[in-house]
Amino acid sequence: MLKIENLHATVDGKQILNGLNLTIPSGEIHAIMGPNGSGKSTLSYVLAGREGYEVTEGSVTFGDLDLLAMEPEERAVAGVFLAFQAPVELPGVGNANFLRTALNAVRRAKGEAEIDAIQFLKLARARMKVLNMPDDMLKRPVNVGFSGGEKKRNEMLQMALLTPKLALLDETDSGLDIDALKLVSDTVNALRGPDFSALVITHYQRLLNHIVPDRVHVLSAGRIVKSGGPELAQELEVSGYGAIQASAA
Amino acid sequence: MAAVTETIEAVQAVNDGGYKWGFETDIEMDFAPKGLNEDIVRFISAKKKEPAWLLEWRLKAYRHWLTMEVPHWAAVSHPPIDFQDAFYYAAPKQGPKSLDEVDPELLKTYAKLGIPLKEQAILAGVEGAGDSPSEGGRMPIAVDAVFDSVSVATSYKERLAKDGIVFCAISEAVQTHPELVQQYLGSVVPQGDNFYAALNSAVFTDGSFVYIPKGVKCPMELSTYFRINAKSTGQFERTLIIADEGSTVSYLEGCTAPMRDENQLHAAVVELVALDDASIKYSTVQNWYPGDAEGKGGIYNFVTKRAACRGKRSKVSWTQVETGSAITWKYPSCLLIGDDSVGEFYSVAITNNRQQADTGTKMFHIGQRTRSTIVSKGISAGHGQNTYRGLVKISPKASGARNFTQCDSLLIGDQCGAHTVPYIENRCMTAKVEHEATTSRIAEDQLFYCRSRGLSQEDAVGMIVNGFCREVLKELPMEFAVEAQKLLQISLEGSVG
Repeated sequence: MLKIENLHATVDGKQILNGLNLTIPSGEIHAIMGPNGSGKSTLSYVLAGREGYEVTEGSVTFGDLDLLAMEPEERAVAGVFLAFQAPVELPGVGNANFLRTALNAVRRAKGEAEIDAIQFLKLARARMKVLNMPDDMLKRPVNVGFSGGEKKRNEMLQMALLTPKLALLDETDSGLDIDALKLVSDTVNALRGPDFSALVITHYQRLLNHIVPDRVHVLSAGRIVKSGGPELAQELEVSGYGAIQASAA
Repeated sequence: MAAVTETIEAVQAVNDGGYKWGFETDIEMDFAPKGLNEDIVRFISAKKKEPAWLLEWRLKAYRHWLTMEVPHWAAVSHPPIDFQDAFYYAAPKQGPKSLDEVDPELLKTYAKLGIPLKEQAILAGVEGAGDSPSEGGRMPIAVDAVFDSVSVATSYKERLAKDGIVFCAISEAVQTHPELVQQYLGSVVPQGDNFYAALNSAVFTDGSFVYIPKGVKCPMELSTYFRINAKSTGQFERTLIIADEGSTVSYLEGCTAPMRDENQLHAAVVELVALDDASIKYSTVQNWYPGDAEGKGGIYNFVTKRAACRGKRSKVSWTQVETGSAITWKYPSCLLIGDDSVGEFYSVAITNNRQQADTGTKMFHIGQRTRSTIVSKGISAGHGQNTYRGLVKISPKASGARNFTQCDSLLIGDQCGAHTVPYIENRCMTAKVEHEATTSRIAEDQLFYCRSRGLSQEDAVGMIVNGFCREVLKELPMEFAVEAQKLLQISLEGSVG
């Protein structure tokens, strides 16, 4: 279970999160929607532990772990996975090598045996087939020269391999065509289970037709201003954020 | 990242065995008196029972050296070197013998360094290479081990001799193949070429000699492992490789030294000669002691390496991974004399803490349609200073010559420096020269991306740096590539706070 209490955070001295409260019980998928600049990406970076995102007040617990006291890599091996909005390129670093190193880091933390290159290729190829990714994407350097859609699918491949307990999807749907959107949704839905929870950050309701959330929250000026069931997303699609921001003000 | 944390961590990295090759071997040694004069030159020559021509050759070099000045054009700084305050000859008391009779202390030393001298043990390959899948199918590596001033052992000599290949210490070659040595020694790097080459010519003690006969493809990797052990001792080795027509050879060298707080001088000369259709691949993993985090101690690595592609369609490829030394000053070069000859230079140079490297290459295009490729990757961390200095010179007769140069610099932290000094002199209308250069920093978002996937900060840096160097590392023989990757990571320990 993820529990965020009274979270305040600044970036470059600018207050972005202003007392955010959010609880995601294990097994649930929550969606966060909100206008540009409301703090959606900041929230995902704070949860993943990015440098420069300074927490000034509040707490975040994940299970019995004090998430904010942990290094990014400790959070990762504890089961937190951030699917990046704009995955970075790592020139010269083979995708297979990168993925296997990450997978083995997670496996080590779980007390599982590391897997060798051959086992890994078998595993990765099976996942890639589902994601409709060509084999050569394992040989290419991480995200270098990948199209926008390929980058997002590569994020989903990592998520499928690392099987996190908490997935943070930061606008994973942006720039995707319907088919790719479906693949992303299938990957998330395949992970669904009592030990998996997810925070889906999106601008659009259409992703939520495929990944049906348990709860929808509206973020505005660094706080949750409204929460509801999946129907809230549909409401927003019709009325926009303006009405909610006005009533919350 | 605070500079203080950075320094503390770097110091820890060094003290925690960041340089794990820093131990010292306790062995009885034979020294020449300290200092340098004509008597020392005679002493060395007499120790090696050299013919008169070689003594004269040395003395000529020595007299020339006296007239020369220390070069100061490189972007490195160090206090003046007192050339009288060093030993120019240091050798284990028991002279070189057959493999079975080598002093057990030396065997232990090389075992500790991961260099197998025993022939049956060579199948295991270089330390750390064992996780490759094709364990049984590994090619053996023949090793010449140079300890301070002398070669202490050479393996697989008999096997190589079957193909007519000569692989031995150069002092031995002087006795057994004097005509080859006399014909080629100094033919690529003349005695008076530069200050350190002249010094080396006067006092060189050992190094490897390789001759590959016509049409022979050398059946295994040849390698020399250089170790400086004795205190206050300079190492001046001389390597000479001759690839006769149509022959092929791949040669590797590795080097380490104990951790000491004095600076020690290593001034080597390497000469390569490739005749018609011959090909030489020369790989270096240089890991001399780099000094501590404050810049105390470490090896001054002032080396002259040059290849003459004399034959038509001959090829020489230099690959170097330079992680060690307090100061590195070297420019492995190619004289592309034969028509259609090819020169290549692939380099990774890392400077961390207070290390300085001024390295690059020179490609002289003399024959027609000669081609050269230069790929240089410089990585600077801590207070390291890294300079690529290169010359591409195309003579008027080198019609159709081509060069491609790529210099990339990677900066880690904000106290280090990267410099690129490319010289291009093209006197031929039909030649084509290309130069590309980039400078980048390990981006925070790259590090965060790796860490958010569970990689530690150090592993993330290692992975990004290895990716940056990939084009060069893939040129290394497999056994060395694995070692080199680890070395890159160790060299950068503590560089990111």
